[in-house]
Amino acid sequence: MSSVTPLLEVSSLSKHFGAVRALHDVSMKVHPGEVVALAGDNGAGKTTLIKAISGVFRPTSGEVKLKGEPVSFTTPQEARDKGIETIYQDLALADNLTIGGNIFLGREPMRRAFGFLPVLDRKKMADAARTTMAMLDFHVSRTEAPVSNFSGGQRQAVAIGRAVYWDAQVLIMDEPTAALGVPEQRKVISLIKQLKTQGRGVIFISHNLQDIFAVSDRIIVLRRGVMAGERKISETTHDEVVKLMVGG
Amino acid sequence: MTASDTQSPTDATDGRPQADHADRAKTLVQRIADLRAWLFLLALILGFEVWARVSFGGTFILNPFNLQSIAVFAVAPLLLATGQTFVIISGGIDLSLGFIMGLAAVVAAHAINALTPGFGMPTAVLLGFLIAVLVAAIPGTINGLLVSRLRVPPFIGTLGMFGVARGVAFLLAGGTTVPVSNSFFAMIGNGRFMSVPYIVIITAIFVLIMHYLLSQTRFGQHNYAIGANVQAARRAGIDIKSHLLRLYILSACCAGLGGVLYSARFNAGAAQAGEPLLLDSVAAVVIGGASLFGGSGTIIGTVAGAFVIAVIQYGLVFVNVEPFWQFISVGVVIIISVLIDQAQRRFSGGRQDE
Repeated sequence: MSSVTPLLEVSSLSKHFGAVRALHDVSMKVHPGEVVALAGDNGAGKTTLIKAISGVFRPTSGEVKLKGEPVSFTTPQEARDKGIETIYQDLALADNLTIGGNIFLGREPMRRAFGFLPVLDRKKMADAARTTMAMLDFHVSRTEAPVSNFSGGQRQAVAIGRAVYWDAQVLIMDEPTAALGVPEQRKVISLIKQLKTQGRGVIFISHNLQDIFAVSDRIIVLRRGVMAGERKISETTHDEVVKLMVGG
Repeated sequence: MTASDTQSPTDATDGRPQADHADRAKTLVQRIADLRAWLFLLALILGFEVWARVSFGGTFILNPFNLQSIAVFAVAPLLLATGQTFVIISGGIDLSLGFIMGLAAVVAAHAINALTPGFGMPTAVLLGFLIAVLVAAIPGTINGLLVSRLRVPPFIGTLGMFGVARGVAFLLAGGTTVPVSNSFFAMIGNGRFMSVPYIVIITAIFVLIMHYLLSQTRFGQHNYAIGANVQAARRAGIDIKSHLLRLYILSACCAGLGGVLYSARFNAGAAQAGEPLLLDSVAAVVIGGASLFGGSGTIIGTVAGAFVIAVIQYGLVFVNVEPFWQFISVGVVIIISVLIDQAQRRFSGGRQDE
């Protein structure tokens, strides 16, 4: 594995807000097809870390490399254009639009009706919705239904589908299972497994150790802004992770 | 980076196929709710038809004069409501439209009077039309800047502009109506093509363009997205500020067109031209199926909503009922319309989680 260039490489990243060291000297790698869990108590720096990676703010020091190339994003849009997509806890879907409308939100495809009149290419959006969602094993028959008609897990799938369609290489998922019932949580876990088989890298933030152990390859534990430890999931236990989190 | 897209058969069985609930979601209730404005319209027309036949032995809707009058009657409220539809879908409201219409009516009258000697009648009308719409765009721009840059709530920002536009319009009109002396303008306002009034044709074409803008373009799509979830729209890279600015300019221009057609019809500009129409425009949008919380609504629904109001107002006069019943009827229709909307949400909105 170490011979392959990591998809994402973060080296000694720090973020200080005035005198507060929200994040200090954190390094991590994500390889293709790998799911890396980010764990830690509230305020441990998980959110700060992903925000620094996804361009919400610039790190105070340190470096982010994407496929070996150093990158520096000033906006989340730039990060997304380069293939780093963040899927937020509260989904960020427009409930009144179709799956296709959400996938293409902000970059809608157009066609020319009667040879001159530019109109939204709804067929292209519907087709893309169908094929993308099929890749995530979610078979949509009614592509013109607004996403408010779908269940929580299915909507999570739509948010992931948008990232997949735009060929995100690294998906950052902030508590993707937090607002869901148990069967829906399982569905999201199986979605993450799909992303893994497609060779994408996933950074998975969760409080739920069961979910973390179900899907991750490695776990990075943060505590008060610094790395408390990094373990392979196959070589650690719930107890050890909890000890790392609370500093026992 | 080549992602292995070749899914093995085992992968497909690993994650179970998910049922598509949307199939069942479109219930009968929802279909009726979607069409409610048109059903209202149909019921009203039938009701007045029966009433007319029983009490006068005459016809209501088959009388071409009545149709013409209703259509002319609906022109100004429909134009305001078209702009209002865009604003309400985005989650805002534009209270200044009525007096922007009055302002445009007065400006059109003055401009055409001033330009007619120098440019001749048709050119003066064209220039006057452009000047009036451009002047209408000024309060629209200010509304847009207030809402988008300064984050003033639309209700308050446009309420302020309601007062400003009102005052400016009355000042420009000198507190009275401004008669226009241009027979070409009067011809536009009162002439007909194959017995369809010109102003109805102009309005129909304009509303069709607005329907296209809302339903077929990125601008329209983004408008729906912003009304549903501003955060999502922003994260998707939509420039919210510039969208809102353009949105309020657009609605003001709709009101501007309404003002110009008003002056053409009455051959005079009046500052109070749109005063009673503001709330009618909101009512038309709501009857047409939009939610005041934003995110839903269509131009086609608004057209039906505007005609519901026009038919009630004209029909009650036609069957010789005291005019005050108009207010009661329109009010009742608004309330029923909102009740249907809520019932629909209760029936179909509850997502069936597995």
